[in-house]
Amino acid sequence: MVDLHAGDMRHHVRLYVRVFVALLVLTAVTVAASYLHLAVPIAVTIALIIAAAKGSLVASFFMHLITERRVVFGALVLTVVFFLVLMFLPLFTQWDTIGQKVQ
Amino acid sequence: MEIPYTVTERPDTGLYNAKLGVWLFLASEVMLFGALFSSYVLLRSGAEEWPHGWQHLSVPLAAFNTLVLISSSVTMVMSWASLKTKDFGKYRLYMGLTILAGLIFLAVKFFEYREHILMGEVPAHDTFFAIYFTLTGLHGLHVIGGMIVNGYFFGPGARMWSSEPERFTNRIEIAGVYWHFVDLVWIFLFPILYLL
Amino acid sequence: MDKAATAALHGHDHAPAHGHEHALGFWRKYVFSQDHKVIGIQYAVTGLFFLLFGFTLMIIMRWQLAYPGQPIPLIGSWLGERNAPGGIMLPEFYNQLGAMHGTIMVFLGVVPLAVGGFGNFVMPLQIGAPDMAFPKINMASYWVYFVGGVVMLVSFFLPGGAAQSGWTSYAPLADISPGQTSWLVGMVFLITSSLLGSINFIVTIIQLRAKGLTFMRLPFFVHAQFVTAFLLLLAFPPLEAAAIMQLMDRVAHTSFFLPSGLVVTGQPLAVSGGGTPLLWQHLFWFLAHPEVYVLILPAMGIVGEIVANNTRKPLWGYRVMVYSVIFLGFMSFIVWAHHMFMTGMGTTMSAFFQTTTMIISIPSVVILSALIISLYGGSIRFTTPMLFATAFMPMFGIGGLTGLPLGLAPSDIHLHDTYYVIGHFHYVVAPGTIFALFAGIYYWFPKATGRTMNELLGKVHFWGSFICINFVFMPMFIQGLQGMNRRLYDGGMQYAHAQPILHWNTVMSFAAWGLFLFQLPFVINFFLSIWRGRRVSDNPWEATTIEWTAAPSPPPHGNFPIVPEAYRGPYEYSVPGYPTDFLPQTQPDPPGHPAGTAAAIPAGRH
Repeated sequence: MVDLHAGDMRHHVRLYVRVFVALLVLTAVTVAASYLHLAVPIAVTIALIIAAAKGSLVASFFMHLITERRVVFGALVLTVVFFLVLMFLPLFTQWDTIGQKVQ
Repeated sequence: MEIPYTVTERPDTGLYNAKLGVWLFLASEVMLFGALFSSYVLLRSGAEEWPHGWQHLSVPLAAFNTLVLISSSVTMVMSWASLKTKDFGKYRLYMGLTILAGLIFLAVKFFEYREHILMGEVPAHDTFFAIYFTLTGLHGLHVIGGMIVNGYFFGPGARMWSSEPERFTNRIEIAGVYWHFVDLVWIFLFPILYLL
Repeated sequence: MDKAATAALHGHDHAPAHGHEHALGFWRKYVFSQDHKVIGIQYAVTGLFFLLFGFTLMIIMRWQLAYPGQPIPLIGSWLGERNAPGGIMLPEFYNQLGAMHGTIMVFLGVVPLAVGGFGNFVMPLQIGAPDMAFPKINMASYWVYFVGGVVMLVSFFLPGGAAQSGWTSYAPLADISPGQTSWLVGMVFLITSSLLGSINFIVTIIQLRAKGLTFMRLPFFVHAQFVTAFLLLLAFPPLEAAAIMQLMDRVAHTSFFLPSGLVVTGQPLAVSGGGTPLLWQHLFWFLAHPEVYVLILPAMGIVGEIVANNTRKPLWGYRVMVYSVIFLGFMSFIVWAHHMFMTGMGTTMSAFFQTTTMIISIPSVVILSALIISLYGGSIRFTTPMLFATAFMPMFGIGGLTGLPLGLAPSDIHLHDTYYVIGHFHYVVAPGTIFALFAGIYYWFPKATGRTMNELLGKVHFWGSFICINFVFMPMFIQGLQGMNRRLYDGGMQYAHAQPILHWNTVMSFAAWGLFLFQLPFVINFFLSIWRGRRVSDNPWEATTIEWTAAPSPPPHGNFPIVPEAYRGPYEYSVPGYPTDFLPQTQPDPPGHPAGTAAAIPAGRH
């Protein structure tokens, strides 16, 4: 691993500060949106999009995922696939009864 | 024979062992929290009625806590960057701030919990509070775990800086990746539990 | 680079390691060891103990099934008045034995032996690594497993007794029945241990492979362990989440798995309700189906090694086997709800899970076929490990094929929850996986101790076990097809439809007791051979893989006197033109010759 020079460092710090500001703005937006008391489906969509954006910023820049190696990506892509499976397949099995009382 | 690639990167993967290890650990964490999120979705979609988070929980406090955790992520990454420029004093400062932020987060969480429990809104109250306490409790445990690790690297673990600086920097990077993940989980918990 | 030069270059690497080894005291060397070989042996011995213990539980249950309501001979009085007053087993105790038999065999016996034992001991040696990537985490994973095991054992003596809701712990029963809390605590330990272990395995395989050991040169066993580690890593956390929620239900009185309006023995349950029992089943089977492959993949890996070695020819279709294992691992995450056809899920999803279930049978069949075809044209050495490995094939075949009717919803409706299911998965795990594990023990015993196990005792063990085990499990298909339910503590005595097949209960019980007796030669052989076994060379089976060709038996701390390097694939047996019938992976090509011409080397270099 190469050491950073002072110049690179300033560049890095600027980046971190910019990401920080973006996260603050997005937090403010999502809180503000929640005060509008929108219908649940729209509110969920907005909240999840903003959360996903914030999460991507954290993962990409703070966790340096954007410059990470292929092996790590491979493992994470696999995880994301199974995460989606875990999120949606159980839900689909109850598709017929959603919104009704679960027996 | 020494175990290879504890400090340097293996040429064909471009990784040192612990870097790969922490990402795999986070992969399992994704599945752990994923299962709880999935449970949340299943329980909520199957419920006759489900309260909006803001009806019961304090959005301002949680927004403040979001702010605290995001800031701690910045200080954490700064502490690593300080080691990269070989500025140990700054590392100590930023690491200290990260731990402090963790403490503030937990303190706020404590007062939130206390308020709910005093009002009888315990986990057994209904399924909403059950999943609220389970998710935030598990996340809180992760915060505590991260603070223990960070505290170790702030205190006794920092001795490694003088003997093996490169390895120590790697360790802070690893601890950072974990800490950012804790932040990331909260970024999803906040809207799901409080705002929806 | 030839070996002498390598030795000169790396001589300084292992010299301090040896000094280090001698400096360690008894506790650091044998108990809290960080050496993957010691940890592997610890795992294996603990796993074997739990296999025996779990089997003993079944031995006791089989008495109750064959002679319901009669006092248990010999050991009946030891079971305690709470469990078996006057030696007659109570239903609650039968349920405890059943639940704990499953839990112990799967989580404390087979997985620790197959993954923790063989994976830890063999895998780093096969990839030419000095140790696992994280030795301290490796040690932690064993001791966390140990604590989990102790919690499970102790639970028998706690006020509520052990868990009694089956190894599947279905809610809502598991939420309200006694003994479950300790099961959950134990599981949290076991899951944590598996997670630590799996991270270590994946990092080790990716990062610590010897020079020249590309992925397609890895022994099949390593591939199997690699995929297994991914299954453990990604499938176990959902069960951990489920265990946490069930703990919350039991301790904090939440209702994650308790629906509204639940009535227990005529009394409405005082809970908030609003939960769903199906959530537990989803999270449980999200783990437990991949777990089936955690049980079977290492076994396939072991059989692959032994078949190649004892047929003296390369594995047939090695590449296809590798791709099949990876595909199998992937698919195992999207078939779980075939355990839940009876839960009233929609027909679309039933069709989806039936389809994926049929698809996942394809790679299993591919692997099994490749193993069987590997036998063709080989000059087979029928050593004890090979006997067990050969028996694995038809036994696993029976287990796999009887699974197909269970994977199709229409036939599953009849067979669900009957003895047919028990017969099916026991054929996969007992004469399948456990036979492969025995094969592995006989095969790698010389590497771990420098001595072989006795062949005669081994053959007695094999033939006795092979005959008995089929008499235990084959009749289960008959009973199950007749519609006899599992988990009946009287063996189905009070059901009219079970009357014509009840007599099989006695046959199965005697076969099970016979099976128990035929494990004695193994136990004797195991301990006798540690101290009295015939001393053998470093490569007694004349194998090609690195653990045999580059490491002494038993390997020292750090494993290899010379850093090994791989020059070819893992199964170069009977290479035309090469003087011996095995060409080691670590054998370099002659200087000045292009790669792959090692066959031209004169004899005497291995």
